[in-house]
Amino acid sequence: MRPWRVAHHATLTGPCFRFISAFMTPLSRIRNFSIVAHIDHGKSTLADRLIQLTGTVAERDMKAQLLDSMDIERERGITIKANTVRIEYPAKDGETYVLNLIDTPGHVDFAYEVSRSMRAVEGSLLVVDATQGVEAQTLANVYTAIEADHEIVPVLNKIDLPAAEPERVKEQIEDVIGIEADNAVEISAKTGLGIPDVLEAIVTRLPAPASGDPDAPLQAMLVDSYYDSYLGVVVLVRIMQGTLKKGDNIRMMQTGARYGVDRLGVFRPAMQNVDELGPGEIGFLTASIKQVRDTKVGDTITHERRQCEKPLPGFKPSVPVVFCGLFPVDANDFEDMRDAIEKLALNDASFTAEMETSAALGFGFRCGFLGLLHLEVIRDRLEREYDIDLITTAPSVIYHIYMKDGEQIDLHNPADMPDPSKIDHIEEPRIKATILVPDEYLGDVLKLCQDRRGIQLDLTYAGSRAMVVYDLPLNEVVFDFYDRLKSVTKGYASFDYQMIGYREDNLVKMSILVNDEPVDALSMMVHRDRAEMRGRAMCEKLKDLIPRHMFKIPIQAAIGGKVIARETLSALRKDVTAKCYGGDATRKKKLLEKQKAGKKKMRQFGKVEIPQEAFISALKMDS
Amino acid sequence: MIEDWRNGGFGLYVHWPFCEAKCPYCDFNSHVSREIDEDRWRAAYLSEIDRIAELTPDRVLNSVFFGGGTPSLMSPELVNALIERIREKWTFANNIEITLEANPRSVEAGRFRGFADAGVNRVSMGIQALNNPDLAKLGRLHSVEEARKAFDTARSVFKRISFDLIYARQGQSLNDWRKELTEALAMSVDHLSLYQLTIEQGTAFWERQRRGQLSGLPDEDLSADMYELTQEICDQHGMPAYEVSNHAEPGAESQHNLIYWRYGDYGGIGPGAHGRLSLNGRKHATVAWRNPGAWLENAEQGNGDRINDIVSNIDQAGEYLMMGLRLQEGIDVVRVRDLDPAALSPEQTNKMADLGLIWQNGNRLGATPQGRMVLNSLITELLPDHPE
Repeated sequence: MRPWRVAHHATLTGPCFRFISAFMTPLSRIRNFSIVAHIDHGKSTLADRLIQLTGTVAERDMKAQLLDSMDIERERGITIKANTVRIEYPAKDGETYVLNLIDTPGHVDFAYEVSRSMRAVEGSLLVVDATQGVEAQTLANVYTAIEADHEIVPVLNKIDLPAAEPERVKEQIEDVIGIEADNAVEISAKTGLGIPDVLEAIVTRLPAPASGDPDAPLQAMLVDSYYDSYLGVVVLVRIMQGTLKKGDNIRMMQTGARYGVDRLGVFRPAMQNVDELGPGEIGFLTASIKQVRDTKVGDTITHERRQCEKPLPGFKPSVPVVFCGLFPVDANDFEDMRDAIEKLALNDASFTAEMETSAALGFGFRCGFLGLLHLEVIRDRLEREYDIDLITTAPSVIYHIYMKDGEQIDLHNPADMPDPSKIDHIEEPRIKATILVPDEYLGDVLKLCQDRRGIQLDLTYAGSRAMVVYDLPLNEVVFDFYDRLKSVTKGYASFDYQMIGYREDNLVKMSILVNDEPVDALSMMVHRDRAEMRGRAMCEKLKDLIPRHMFKIPIQAAIGGKVIARETLSALRKDVTAKCYGGDATRKKKLLEKQKAGKKKMRQFGKVEIPQEAFISALKMDS
Repeated sequence: MIEDWRNGGFGLYVHWPFCEAKCPYCDFNSHVSREIDEDRWRAAYLSEIDRIAELTPDRVLNSVFFGGGTPSLMSPELVNALIERIREKWTFANNIEITLEANPRSVEAGRFRGFADAGVNRVSMGIQALNNPDLAKLGRLHSVEEARKAFDTARSVFKRISFDLIYARQGQSLNDWRKELTEALAMSVDHLSLYQLTIEQGTAFWERQRRGQLSGLPDEDLSADMYELTQEICDQHGMPAYEVSNHAEPGAESQHNLIYWRYGDYGGIGPGAHGRLSLNGRKHATVAWRNPGAWLENAEQGNGDRINDIVSNIDQAGEYLMMGLRLQEGIDVVRVRDLDPAALSPEQTNKMADLGLIWQNGNRLGATPQGRMVLNSLITELLPDHPE
């Protein structure tokens, strides 16, 4: 979790920032909700409009996608972390309501964060692009909302576009999701059309928090937390029962940690202090907590003196499912990288990093992520915010290795594969992937899924779109599945997945040997039946990626001692200066010395120099 | 122990910077000028000869080389005056070689007798190609017919003649080259310089290539095939390569160029000329003013050199290694190690020998035919690591 883009240190002046009443809002005038949408369907724009229309942020402070605080979030148009904003809305019934929006990530990698955030609210707006219809992410997130017992208000966005087909999309919502869509609110978040109707619908159609006694012992949910360089750890809370006041001594029921509340407030979306938070309200607290890791998401916060009887059910911590090695291109950057990784890890409990040494790449880290997007986000932040050039090795999943002696090993890195003769069997993680795709691309999508060892679970049609559900091995998806899917469907497919458990399969470790020496950073786990194909593809790629040397270089893929694919990079044939006389001695020698210095900077592996980009490019599959 | 340069001998290089036209592939210091005050240039050259002679007394001179530019555009009288002065200043070796580069045109051919009378005993002719369309593409002003005539004239005047050909040209096939090279070998020459066309920065070809307008150049494989074919054909004709691009009948090697490759001493006279002179136990690298006008003025004032640097022993070892490995005869390992004890470690040489890229025979070490084709990479491997 990261600070909000609207600086919380901004001075809150101006007519739109009314002083927040010191009195608690009655439950009946609170609505807590989230927005469920597929990427690009207009969730962030809608959030911006709601904030704008209620005068929560001054016109001059408005900027697109207010709640997406990271550069990466804005650039990619995605939300990575849950953000929250408190909106005051004078409804048509004459009452002023407090609306708390928790903006959740839409991406599959953060599905677990979505499910946690949804437990803190009572309803959801389901935003669907009226020109596109329901997409895979919409489905996954709306089911999460349904599981959290949310009341759901469908909202059709982009209704102003000529391609909008509201009636068809309503039908689709009813068919595919199975919720009533007749009374869907039709809007254009871009032009502002229909926004007041959304606000009214929130008040009239979403429920108020079910119950809450301001005088009961405090029971508050720790929804999320993030690190702020000025305030320390900021904890996002939802009060279920009782009242939390500034200066209170609190206790985290699971960790047992005790703190004094320094500061209590709400996001509008800038931070605004309040004296107390009552039942149904969502806000933040700071309490001199040093690290995000000291807070446990889903923990129950209560008063030290007067504890509540029962903690809330809590959440399972999210666990990394995708691993890869990150190495600095320049070995001198290792210490900087270590600092940067520590800082990132403090703030992101789902990101793990352990030091790793690779024969090919030197010192680096084996890192665990929630998914590929998470991986990319962390890598981008390391490169961008900390200015470190990285080599990323092949992403891998966790394999369960069952040894003949009964021991079970979690394998995060193919390089650590135990002696195969001692292995009884290997299990790999499988996912249930849901893909929505226009008819004309269905064949390509099915072929892609079959090629990736998929088992078809379902194939249904909703209008001109097909929804296919596949059981796929996660390791076939982690690397470039999404890129391939986008490319074979020209970007028209949507994709989401959930883990469905582990299953045994015929898995082997494939090593790559360059000039007869294994290159650990290129080894990977593959299905035995696909090993030859992958091995051939890898060898061919490497042949193009490694420059010619003065000798020929065999490039081989092997399983154990058995070579399954081989290419030969022929030797450099000609590299000689035609003319070199008395006047050329100085200049030509300088050129050769420069060449020598340049070679020293490449990654030397045995006698072979392998360029950095080879490590990641070699893994991309073209077909 | 003898001074290192004596292993390579001593020569003089005289640069005449003017041409009638600039060739699109040429990155040499050449200029087109219609008004040349020969008297002024003569005086400047003579003054430089005197200056270098004072620095290098009591030496035997092995070679003089008039290069350019187009030195065949000099008057025979000017050439005569310079050779006369050189003869006064140094003792000529019995077999001294005095070479002049000539364009194969009738105008210059008319001067050949005069050059020979002045003491020139070898010409190197820039024929470059034996077909007219390619000559035009290379920007040459002569035709094949004219070149052949000029060659015949030279043949009747000089005992030793070499000519240059450029191959691996645009659109040239392996067979085209085989035919042309065979024709060239049929002309009774004892020395051939066969250069693969390289696109050098600062030339018209470089600009054309940068704009994507230089098509049909051979790829690495064809260029390697052409090089190998060249070796094969020349070997068959008794003209083996004694250097990367130079072929000669045994005994007809260019004595002057051998001084460079054997890393001897040479004085550089004329605009942009480079020199290596061992003086008082230190090797000097000199570079004369490149611009003709600037050189002229400086030479008139007593010194045409713009740069005079000391070459460290380590750098001398590197230069010798780089130059010497171009030769079939290779290098003297003892000479290299005397200059740089860290050079040519067994670790480095064994690795290259295992790859079949170098041969070693007693104190001598050279590139094999295979090693010579990748000489730049080979030298890069053999140059010792010395922190800046």
